Amino acid sequence: MDNDKHMLNNEMQLSFRAISANESFARTVAAAFVTGLNPTISEIMEIKTAVSEAVTNAIIHGYENKGLDEFVHLNCRLNGRELYIEVVDNGIGIQDIAQAMEPLYTSKPEQERSGMGFAVMENFMDYIHVTSAPGQGTTVVMMKKLPE
Amino acid sequence: MEIIFSERDRYLIAAPVGEIDHHTSLGIRQKIEKAFARSKARNLIFDFSRVEFMDSSGIGILIGRYRELSKLGGKVYAINISGEIGRIFGVSGLARIIPCYASVEDVLQNAEGQ
Repeated sequence: MDNDKHMLNNEMQLSFRAISANESFARTVAAAFVTGLNPTISEIMEIKTAVSEAVTNAIIHGYENKGLDEFVHLNCRLNGRELYIEVVDNGIGIQDIAQAMEPLYTSKPEQERSGMGFAVMENFMDYIHVTSAPGQGTTVVMMKKLPE
Repeated sequence: MEIIFSERDRYLIAAPVGEIDHHTSLGIRQKIEKAFARSKARNLIFDFSRVEFMDSSGIGILIGRYRELSKLGGKVYAINISGEIGRIFGVSGLARIIPCYASVEDVLQNAEGQ
């Protein structure tokens, strides 16, 4: 019982190089973090997809694909059955957050980016908040409730 | 990343095996473009039956192929879509420009009927 209680008030932090090979690593870690709560396959896929979007944004946009010596931080916290995920980069930041979050908006159409990253995060998670300013990096906070 | 290709009539069927994300997307795009250039196909069927994960990078690949093939009078279809990948199709509005079917046979039947 005590172990279960601790599991519901758990926290992890991960820092990894801002390279695309780590996208899969990051989303797998986030999914593994909540395994003890017996999430559904659907919930796991939603978490993996949302993390993948946020981490990809950090690598492509935050660090403009030049993040070999830069790091992305993934912080996960469980507050009961609420999962909080924070994806942080120290990259170039976002000038206009509302525009960046608009469906289909992308600053990188030549790379065949769809501009749907934030729309997917909003759809798959219960809450999302973006903090950013030019030169100040970007922090994406997402929350998802995992019902019993 | 492995992609299983097959051809039927004027259709190239591309079945990526594994995970579609930003990391794998460029390789997938290049392999499909190469296979398409070598084939006699005019249309592309994207088979999701072996895709274990896809984020919005997959939407970019599909829209990119849709744009290229449209110029040549070809079409892009998707088959074997389920679960969260289907929801990504819905959220992005992708289903409005890329028709989704259950199987290759369904695509062929429908295309013939047009």
